[in-house]
Amino acid sequence: MGMAKQIKVGIRTIWDVPKEEYFGPGQLTCAGCGPSLAVRLMLKVAGPNTIIANATGCIEVTSTQYPYTAWAVPYIHVAFENAAAVASGIEAALKALNRKGIANTKAKVIALAGDGGTYDIGIQALSGMLERGHGVLYVLYDNEAYMNTGIQRSGGTPRFAWTTTSPVGSKIRGKVQSKKDIMSIVIAHRIPYAATASIAYPIDFMNKVKKALDALDEGPAFLHVFAPCPPGWRIDESKTVEIARLAVDTGVFPLYEWDHGKFRLNPPSNAHIDKSKRKPLINYIKPQGRFAHMKEDEIKAMEAEVDNYWDYLIRLLKAFG
Amino acid sequence: MTQVLEKQRESSIVVEKKGLTTNYAIAQAVKDVDVDVIAAYPITPQTTIIEKLAEYVANGELDAEFIPVESEHSALSAAVGASAAGARVFTATSAQGLELMHEILHIASGLRLPIVMAVPGRALSAPISIHGDYQDLMNIRDTGWIIYIASTAQEAYDTIIEAFRVAEDPRVQLPVIVSYDGFLMSHTTEPVELYDPKVVREFTPRRLNTRPILNPEKPTTIGALATPDWYYEIKYQAINALKLSRSVINEVDSEFNEKFSRSYKPVEGFMIDDADYVLVTYGGAATWNALEAAKEARDRGLKAGVLRIRLFRPFPADDLTKALSNAKAIAVVDRAVAPGSPIEGPVFKDVYIALHMAGIDKPMLSVIHGLSQRTMYIRDFYELYYRLKDIAKVGKSPQESLFMGLR
Ligand SMILES: Cc1ncc(C[n+]2csc(CCOP(=O)(O)OP(=O)(O)O)c2C)c(N)n1
Ligand code: SF4
Ligand SMILES: [Mg+2]
Repeated sequence: MGMAKQIKVGIRTIWDVPKEEYFGPGQLTCAGCGPSLAVRLMLKVAGPNTIIANATGCIEVTSTQYPYTAWAVPYIHVAFENAAAVASGIEAALKALNRKGIANTKAKVIALAGDGGTYDIGIQALSGMLERGHGVLYVLYDNEAYMNTGIQRSGGTPRFAWTTTSPVGSKIRGKVQSKKDIMSIVIAHRIPYAATASIAYPIDFMNKVKKALDALDEGPAFLHVFAPCPPGWRIDESKTVEIARLAVDTGVFPLYEWDHGKFRLNPPSNAHIDKSKRKPLINYIKPQGRFAHMKEDEIKAMEAEVDNYWDYLIRLLKAFG
Repeated sequence: MTQVLEKQRESSIVVEKKGLTTNYAIAQAVKDVDVDVIAAYPITPQTTIIEKLAEYVANGELDAEFIPVESEHSALSAAVGASAAGARVFTATSAQGLELMHEILHIASGLRLPIVMAVPGRALSAPISIHGDYQDLMNIRDTGWIIYIASTAQEAYDTIIEAFRVAEDPRVQLPVIVSYDGFLMSHTTEPVELYDPKVVREFTPRRLNTRPILNPEKPTTIGALATPDWYYEIKYQAINALKLSRSVINEVDSEFNEKFSRSYKPVEGFMIDDADYVLVTYGGAATWNALEAAKEARDRGLKAGVLRIRLFRPFPADDLTKALSNAKAIAVVDRAVAPGSPIEGPVFKDVYIALHMAGIDKPMLSVIHGLSQRTMYIRDFYELYYRLKDIAKVGKSPQESLFMGLR
């Protein structure tokens, strides 16, 4: 482990992916857990000189059961809503200690939180960290609900999705509200680098981790990583990557970057400006138990939402492309 | 009070005698111990501490990172992160801010992080009040922090220096609060002797490599999930460390006395040795007004005394019972309330328990006063001595708290 450092050049093929592991084995996530795959790939790129500040959630509880740990890098968990604040403190400490000659720690700081810890309870700390300009990479692993507490809706849960707090009843059928546009909120802080990524497109994801880490000398970076959860989404545990890929391919979760003021759609999403290049939405909805109750008009409404979001992205592209 | 020993203090140690508010004395001490990270959010009456620290950092007088966080929850969270990364860390807050930190207070002590925090005490909403009392401090007393309550600006300055030594001691490794009267001290100018920062830094040497920190050379997991199989043992270690910190606190004070010729005992008695009637106090205003009243009472032949609690957590039950063992009746003056308790004075309960645990049963009176800075007159304390005289005669503790100064 000692020799491996953060990768220097980008990853072109799967053969370029570092073999070193810094997360697990030994973590206790469910079979087919999307978030754990995201963390594993992220750390392959970040390497050993990384400090993790993790919010409470599935990754935290499954990776640090005393006296075991799945982390081969320095790791801290403090609470649910404050990963960004904890990371801010770590970054400031390293700055001060290095400057004063008390320590010489060259480490990148990564804050890691779920959708609940980011869209909802942690958004204030996140905004503070971004506004203050800490050189921290914030990684949001988005499994679209509070999974650790047993599948409750969050601001990142999509409309119509079943969760235990957005149940399917005779009057209300799944989540009423739409998914919050966290990327736009983040980008509004004018940070150097923000991107969406998916565990189904690992090379794109890992290159974005590298780009984001490279931007930290200038300020904060943000990655929004789509990561399905089999028990929460009511999908088969063998289908995690497939569903994640369908989310991109149907246009539900487009891959894009906000890179130093420029907006860029990444493959394959760059082709999806043309709606006919997107796969039918039903391919994404059908296999998921959380959407099983959806009727035709509801599916239409969901499709309209996807189209609206694309209209917005195209306008962004025109303005900042 | 502050005991300036006969021993001639090395004249070079005190570099300046200055008029400072307690808040500015705190900021000066934080600068003198050379902290690395300050994370703070403004709230009255704490604000002038962090304004001054921001100024020091902006002027290059203090080489530290000042994190102007967006809330107190983040202030303490950032402090936790910075401390876990090995930095010497300071924060400060009051009232609503301390309440907003509450969740992280338990975590800071549970993770054994030597953070030092100043808390000028203030009343809690509602109704909203910016004025001083100790309700905020009493609400967080069970969070596992070491808690000092200072009574002068000099003591506050000295206590911050002692606090870093105690917090970072490998036998302790716990966060420390230094509290004092909001406004009545935080914004009152007093003479303070400032020490040579070089000597202060010698007194507070950095203890690198005495605790696990976030360092890629030696990866460690901090804040792990403990199952019921482990939680109890891990928590007990922190509880026990707080208990055992008593000896380190005394040791550090002795060394402080050696170096700076000042010493503060966990409880400080005034005219206590032969006192029949004792007022137990904490903080500045209550203590010094009680002392004035005690002098007047003594002038009239009443053997009055004052016992100030300086170390609140861990509670110095042994020193306290020793000091009170000859008294005929005791009142505890609380500037905070424990609503719905068998009796409403929070520190009264501690004193009562400490005495009874030691087999001492004396008539005792719980006094509530000075909430939201309701003026505590010297005559109020004077009156208390005569009440104690009556209570001693009856030989029974009143069953209700006395809400003094209440209209
Ligand atoms: C202040 C606070 N409120 C509530 C909780 C309970 N809680 C723990 S994890 C969690 C949900 C986490 O959801 P998310 O951030 O999406 O992560 P996931 O579990 O899905 O990985 C909740 C509600 C908590 N730990 N702290
Ligand atoms: S519930 Fe979902 S997110 Fe949590 S460990 Fe299981 S698969 Fe992963
Ligand atoms: Mg989630």
